[in-house]
Amino acid sequence: MIDQPMMVKICDIQEESPGVKTFFFKLNLNFEPGQFVMVWIPLLDEKPFTISSIQKDLVGISVLKRGVFTNALHSKKIGDMLGIRGPYGRGFSLKLDSNSCVVGGGIGMASLATLVDRLNLVVDKRRGHVTVIQGARTVAEIIYQKRFRDMKLCTEDGAAGFKGTTVDLLKDLLKKQRFQKVYTCGPEKMLHKVVELCREHSIECEVSLERYIKCGFGVCGQCDCGGQRVCIDGTVFNTEELSRMEDFGRITITKTGERVIH
Amino acid sequence: MSEINLSVNLCGIQLTNPAILASGILGTTKALLKRVAQNGAGAVTIKSISVEPREGHKNPTVITFEAGMLNAVGYSNPGVDAAAREFSNLQDVGVPVIASVIGTQKEDFVRVVEGLSAQKFSAIEIPLSCPHTPGFGLLAGQGTPQATFDITSAVRKVTKLPIFVKLSPNIPEICTIAKAAEDAGADAITAVNSMGPGMIINIEAQKPILSFKVGGVTGDALRPIAVRCVYDLYKAIKIPIIGVGGISTGRHAIEMIMAGASAVGIGTGVYSRGIDVFRKVCEEIGQWMQENGFDSIKSIIGAAHD
Repeated sequence: MIDQPMMVKICDIQEESPGVKTFFFKLNLNFEPGQFVMVWIPLLDEKPFTISSIQKDLVGISVLKRGVFTNALHSKKIGDMLGIRGPYGRGFSLKLDSNSCVVGGGIGMASLATLVDRLNLVVDKRRGHVTVIQGARTVAEIIYQKRFRDMKLCTEDGAAGFKGTTVDLLKDLLKKQRFQKVYTCGPEKMLHKVVELCREHSIECEVSLERYIKCGFGVCGQCDCGGQRVCIDGTVFNTEELSRMEDFGRITITKTGERVIH
Repeated sequence: MSEINLSVNLCGIQLTNPAILASGILGTTKALLKRVAQNGAGAVTIKSISVEPREGHKNPTVITFEAGMLNAVGYSNPGVDAAAREFSNLQDVGVPVIASVIGTQKEDFVRVVEGLSAQKFSAIEIPLSCPHTPGFGLLAGQGTPQATFDITSAVRKVTKLPIFVKLSPNIPEICTIAKAAEDAGADAITAVNSMGPGMIINIEAQKPILSFKVGGVTGDALRPIAVRCVYDLYKAIKIPIIGVGGISTGRHAIEMIMAGASAVGIGTGVYSRGIDVFRKVCEEIGQWMQENGFDSIKSIIGAAHD
């Protein structure tokens, strides 16, 4: 665990889609899928990102260009420095020797990427299968095109893969096959539907949630979701925990701390 | 061991134990207050509320170091109207809830206290001592005896609830300020707020880590200073003291109570020992009291004095 930002040099940048870049740097991190790190740009801001790639001491974060901070990140070049602290939070718990489905919506796929890698590694040595569902609004927004073995795509217009939502596709797959566990990350409305669907089919499900994060270690209260701190009690919660978190799928917290409807 | 009675009466508020959630930590939502209560706190304090919503400082806002924490959150809060909605039906929390109220001028304190008056708060805390938010606390000159008297008097006129005035450890004349608060009708002194401000520089980035550059210092580094402040205050004022600063174990809490505190606030301890720090501290207090032959908190208050 790195308590104060450690400055690392960007050593490679990979373009995943027109809006998403993965920045690689060397860092020895004991990272579990579902955890996150805080990325600091001095004099600007600090935001949470998941690690989307780990190869020995080379780690990567995938960043969707969407606001001031991520625009600044996208303008970074190889050799530029970033501050990293973490990793924080509770990650996914892997269900071994089983057929699992990993459902990612938009940039939520980045939070699941190292999980898919880890699950596939286990499947290779033991038993089971990993099906990945990636949902994107358009073909251009699909990321990690060639990274996973069994990845099914869905887009809103059907220009690539299934026409419809990840939830529709999961529903379809469940008619033909059985999963012992579903892992998911993406827009919270989608997560809520995935959880409902899994509940109907009595499938174990784990969800990685997103909130505005400040401290990252459970003291400031900014990331509350129904009494659970997303930064330290999560980011990953299971179906049973989510059923007791009344804000899940409904309410998020703004920068001021106000609870507002999603 | 659980037979030991840890209850305290603080300005007429009955607490099952003296461990209070300090303001600024986890007090953003009612759900979190309830969770802290379930983890053993005797009372909880909400994160400070101003008239208007505030986003606070940019990240990084909170950072840890070897001896505690440095923070400049900048009083992010949803404003009094949203706070009144969030903190309705406070009986659900299960323990007394203290409202922390801030303002840039005394009229603001009054407006917030009035805006929250329909909610079932047990006390009002007014921190006149934040070291890192322009317009508030020390940076607005609220830490002088005169300003403390004026603001406390103004709040006194609009509420019958106990008023706790929270003071800075920075100021040598803390007792003078505490007396000003007492004279203005304060029911207790919360001592102390974070000290400093301090600064932590990342030497590779060659920049301070906090976006506001400086922040209040809390945790272990603050404890000896907080204990000394409480010790001095105990001699200077008649109203009870809530001792805050670096408490994360039962021994720390007892030390603070022996200095003169009637109850203790816990904040950074949530970081060092987890959200159940309140239960742990209470168990440790109880165990120590049993081993040392004390049967009430009251019997150890001020025990360190001659």
